[in-house]
Amino acid sequence: MNMMTQTSITDDGRTIGGVQMKVDNISLRFGGVTAIRNASFDIRHGEIRAIIGPNGAGKTSMLNVINGFYHPQDGTITFKGEKRRDMRPHIAATQGIARTFQNVALFKGMTTLDNIMSGRALKMKRNILWQMLYVGPARQEELENRKFVETIIDFLEIPHIRRTPVGKLPYGLQKRVELGRALAMEPELLLLDEPMAGMNVEEKEDMSRFIIDINEEFGTTIALIEHDMGVVMDLSDRVVVLDHGDLIADGTPDEVQKNQDVIDAYLGVAHD
Amino acid sequence: MLYRESGQFKTSYDADQAVFPILQDRLCIIAILAFAFLAVPFFINDYWANAVLIPFLVYSLAALGLNILTGYCGQLSLGTGGFLAVGGYSSFKLMTSFPELDMILVLGGAGVTTALVGLLFGLPSLRIKGFYLAVATLAAQFFLIWLFYKVPWFYNYNATGQINVFPREALGFLVTTQKADPVVRYLFTLSIVVVFALAAKNMVRGRFGRMWMAIRDMDIAAELIGIRPFLMKLTAFTVSSFYIGVAGALIFSVWLGAAESGETYGINESFLVLFMIIVGGLGSILGSFLGAGFIVLMPIGLKNLLVDWFGMSAVFAKHLEITTFGVLIIFFLIVEPHGLARLWQIIKEKLRLWPFPH
Repeated sequence: MNMMTQTSITDDGRTIGGVQMKVDNISLRFGGVTAIRNASFDIRHGEIRAIIGPNGAGKTSMLNVINGFYHPQDGTITFKGEKRRDMRPHIAATQGIARTFQNVALFKGMTTLDNIMSGRALKMKRNILWQMLYVGPARQEELENRKFVETIIDFLEIPHIRRTPVGKLPYGLQKRVELGRALAMEPELLLLDEPMAGMNVEEKEDMSRFIIDINEEFGTTIALIEHDMGVVMDLSDRVVVLDHGDLIADGTPDEVQKNQDVIDAYLGVAHD
Repeated sequence: MLYRESGQFKTSYDADQAVFPILQDRLCIIAILAFAFLAVPFFINDYWANAVLIPFLVYSLAALGLNILTGYCGQLSLGTGGFLAVGGYSSFKLMTSFPELDMILVLGGAGVTTALVGLLFGLPSLRIKGFYLAVATLAAQFFLIWLFYKVPWFYNYNATGQINVFPREALGFLVTTQKADPVVRYLFTLSIVVVFALAAKNMVRGRFGRMWMAIRDMDIAAELIGIRPFLMKLTAFTVSSFYIGVAGALIFSVWLGAAESGETYGINESFLVLFMIIVGGLGSILGSFLGAGFIVLMPIGLKNLLVDWFGMSAVFAKHLEITTFGVLIIFFLIVEPHGLARLWQIIKEKLRLWPFPH
């Protein structure tokens, strides 16, 4: 228990702080189907936390619970010391939780720039009358946020597609724009749902680099779901393994890899 | 050759975010505005004002309003006629209750009233989407028209059930009734439409436009970045209704001079304005003008062409006109389903290269 509250330094020199989010005995049911059963784990400040498991294990449901899309029947979530059962997604956003989706959820009719700018929605306060005039504070606010968004565009190496409607972009770039939109929120906790699904090796390497850079440069805590085990083992500090809604393992990549339950869940086990 | 942006460098985000970042576009819009404000008043007469220019302008305003709601925020509405009626009838009540009131304030009051009514009818959008919301707004249309027909207070107990405009001034110039100079009425309408178009452009290129489009394109993801869908849908309903209310007031007071709920503001108007934004381009300010131009001016142009040039009988020309009109709408929608605004954008892209292949 002592370890949970103290900061520690990783091998590569990052500082990992105390517990940022604690998930306590969460159970989520849809009618007769149990998606998550009594899952408890925590996410610490500044770490990269992976959630893995076979298909249908309840990984995305877990993110949806943290996000406020699903309301669990039992259990609580403590984020930044505040305990809650459920919430609305836009309140999660105001608390500093950002998220990307498994199948890209961009605003297809808008350009890359507008998509990332929309991530600044919470940072902009001027009312609609100022907006109509587009002078003084409203213009100033727009320009300040544009400047911030441009740093993200530079960071993600996508300046050339700034004015392209995202619907026309290839899948790999769409994923990157979606990451940009989440970053524009300046989140404290970033939830990534399969950021590398459907990518080739080169794109995966790019994305891994971005994830590491976000974590190191901005100190953002990251929780990610991923199926590519090579990526998960390389990137993450700690791994949670779910299987059919049960949390079957929690620990460092090495520990998890050696865990017999995890091996059984992934490879199957003989029924005799 | 002429439409080339080479050599035009933007050195600040401010310049990059301008409404018309390209020099040629700026010159073009200045030329159009100069023509509309300075040249048109010299040859305008009653026919041009009443049959062509004022209807084009007021329908552009209505189309702008509906485009904010349907084109930008993605909420399909068939209640435009009803909201136009709220604008018309509230301007009538305002100008009869407060005879001293300047027309600009009357229009503003009509806009605010309609915005509140729009807010009320926007409430169902929390629960229902798409076609179902369209049906709910259709109910608003029928209810409002029925209300203005059934409650005599709205038309000041006039025996004919009509409302008729009184002579009213804006900034000291008479702008209503047939006694008003067509030049003044035209310039009054034009100024209002230009101001509203600029305000609309500022809204849609800024934070609110992005939030509306976010709701339109993917409401779940929008909620996740902190946008409250219900609040944004309501602002879209309110702003859109404000625009439509002012348009409705202009239709009654400056253009027609008289109105009757079912006749002037019937369901046909709802469809007409919806066609304008579909033909012109959903989610485009320019498209609202192009669509209104197409729907308002095309029948007039066709009529003049067929009757005056080809010497057809008026009845035959009328039928041919309706047919041709329908064919043209279908033609344009097949050529470019995203409307005339997109067609213009494609032409501009081509012009950047022309006459070179690439």
